[in-house]
Amino acid sequence: MKFFGFAAGVAATLTLLSTTSAFAVTQISWWHAMTGANAEVVGKISKDFNASQSDYELVPVFKGTYPETLNAGIAAFRAGQAPDILQVFDVGTGVMMAAEGAIKPVAEVMTGAGMSFDKSQYLPGIVGYYSKPDGTMLSFPYNSSSPILYYNKGIFQKAGLDVNNPPKTWNEVWEAAKKIKTSGAAPCGYTSTWLTWIHLENFAAWNDVSWATQQNGLAGGDVELKINAPIFVNHFQALADLAKDGTFKYGGRTSEAKQIFLAGECGIFTESSGGLGDIVKSGMNYGIGQLPYDTDAKGAPQNTTPGGASLWVFGNKSDDQYKGVAAFFAYLSKTDVQEYLHQKSGYLPVTLAAYEATKKSGFYDKNPGRETPILQMTGKAPTDNSKGVRLPNLPQVRDIQNEELEKMLAGQQTAQQALDNAVTRGNAAIKEALEN
Amino acid sequence: MAPQLAITLVFFYWPAGQALYQSMLRQDPFGLRTRFVWFANFRKVLADPAYLNSIQVTVVFSFATAIVAMCVALLLAVMAEKAVRGKGLYRTLLIWPYAVAPAIAGMLWLFLFNPSIGSLAYLLRSLGIAWDPLLNGTHAMILLVSAAAWKQISYNFLFFVAGLQAVPKTLIEAAAMDGAGETKRFWTIVFPLLAPTTFFLLVVNTVYALFDTFGIVHAVTGGGPGKATETLVYKVYNDGFVNLILGDSAAQSVILMAIVIALTAIQFRYVERKVHYG
Repeated sequence: MKFFGFAAGVAATLTLLSTTSAFAVTQISWWHAMTGANAEVVGKISKDFNASQSDYELVPVFKGTYPETLNAGIAAFRAGQAPDILQVFDVGTGVMMAAEGAIKPVAEVMTGAGMSFDKSQYLPGIVGYYSKPDGTMLSFPYNSSSPILYYNKGIFQKAGLDVNNPPKTWNEVWEAAKKIKTSGAAPCGYTSTWLTWIHLENFAAWNDVSWATQQNGLAGGDVELKINAPIFVNHFQALADLAKDGTFKYGGRTSEAKQIFLAGECGIFTESSGGLGDIVKSGMNYGIGQLPYDTDAKGAPQNTTPGGASLWVFGNKSDDQYKGVAAFFAYLSKTDVQEYLHQKSGYLPVTLAAYEATKKSGFYDKNPGRETPILQMTGKAPTDNSKGVRLPNLPQVRDIQNEELEKMLAGQQTAQQALDNAVTRGNAAIKEALEN
Repeated sequence: MAPQLAITLVFFYWPAGQALYQSMLRQDPFGLRTRFVWFANFRKVLADPAYLNSIQVTVVFSFATAIVAMCVALLLAVMAEKAVRGKGLYRTLLIWPYAVAPAIAGMLWLFLFNPSIGSLAYLLRSLGIAWDPLLNGTHAMILLVSAAAWKQISYNFLFFVAGLQAVPKTLIEAAAMDGAGETKRFWTIVFPLLAPTTFFLLVVNTVYALFDTFGIVHAVTGGGPGKATETLVYKVYNDGFVNLILGDSAAQSVILMAIVIALTAIQFRYVERKVHYG
């Protein structure tokens, strides 16, 4: 065992060296999962923060995809080497919340550093999602997005559809998609990224129907999925029918379908507002519409729920480090920083002031559609069905849903069977996760 | 302590012991709450239909990969023997793919067969085949086997070329004098003499397909569609690192460890004893 003691000693010495050599500047590590244009935003924000003060040095480290970053953070925590800040995607929120001994709530980080933290300054829908049932804010919303509808104006014109009037309901989407296909304007009418996030979680919130019991898991306790209700079954049966002749084209479980849309293969596309950057870059003549709703739903459209990711702070760090983290979050909340983040990336501004400032600057007049995700999320006060979804094992439950939906789209089962299976298997997995 | 022993201790016994211990725990992802459950994780895993499906997928995948990789390699090796000019160049080119990392091989095939942008997918479509590995489990499996086999062909090729060179020319010439045609000569003389090589490669290829193809599965299908291409190794990763069920994942890797030990024992007992080179 002498060997291990020696190795630990070396590691400890190295850590000490790396922190002391920075001449009293406290290093704050930030593990993130941003790529492409969004990685540039991370780099610029970190550089500007470091230039704005001399006590702390923020060090952003790219750790791979969202799940990889979460795993890296968890593995580091188990090894006693957790970073100060970890970016965790929406789906991992429940995982982090269940780990109360591992994290320090953002609200405590801020007040502990002597900073006032006024929740009313932030967009309510976003703040609510990242808070405990008692209202304590647990993580800092860094990049929030909402699903919206994109359409290819060139294809719309060829198919004889109204270029300035994107479909508003799912029935209109199906009709437009069929027209695109039959007119030969494009080989496929409609495609979508993230079926679980857009067609189950946001579909439920936007139509004000229950996704699961216990306020979709936000109220805690044992949760049961409700996604085999008739409104979901009808929706997915329509999708499965369209998939038979290729009017709807499946791209994959996450954002793979973006390639299909960018290649001009499909005319209509639902995807995160955070995916806008690549569509702008492609130079396509695109339009943006609200996420479609179901005409069978009485309360539709209600409001959509936030996706994206938030920043979590690990526990057991020094006071200096927490002060640095608080200083960074305060910097991140500044109106001009939020304005930059919002306009450059397509993610939502998290403060109301940044939203107002962007509006005043005339950005939305020049870029119609960029306000759509914000209006969707803030248009109505959220109900019990539309505050978001939360499970201790949401990644696993989404996997189960994806598997069943893929079997349905391949024609191996009906929508009713797929959703029934997803509920049975999902409930069993949730129950087991709660036992741990 | 001998350095070899120290390395084995640190890189094998220690992690293997950890896996064994972890496989008897139920734990949340952060390791904050832990319960010792004896063999409950094993019982759960072995009763899980998804695990049984994964075994089936793995068997199909491993044998298909081994057989495709060996048949193509044998054909190429026989052809290489017949080449009169440029033998060296031909061989070098065929050995190259072995240097490609599995994940990169996977990406290559993924691009070629991508339903929207892949050139081979386009070719298939124009032939009237509704190619869709994203939803069709059989198509996904074909894609995976092609990628995995392609990568292994070079290795097999090398061994078959060596094996062919060891076949005595006199035997072949004698058969030719007796009027045996090329096909007959191959099946009655060359192929039986290659048997030890073939058997050795069968074991090596199966082990490769079982344990060394994670990168390809991860890059090409991610275990989908449904669970159609979720191999045992991929399921360990998925349950442990994506779904964060560490106990189940550890139990599965302990089962895999038992399989590897059994395969190694078989290899030492039968293969090493019975295979003679030349």
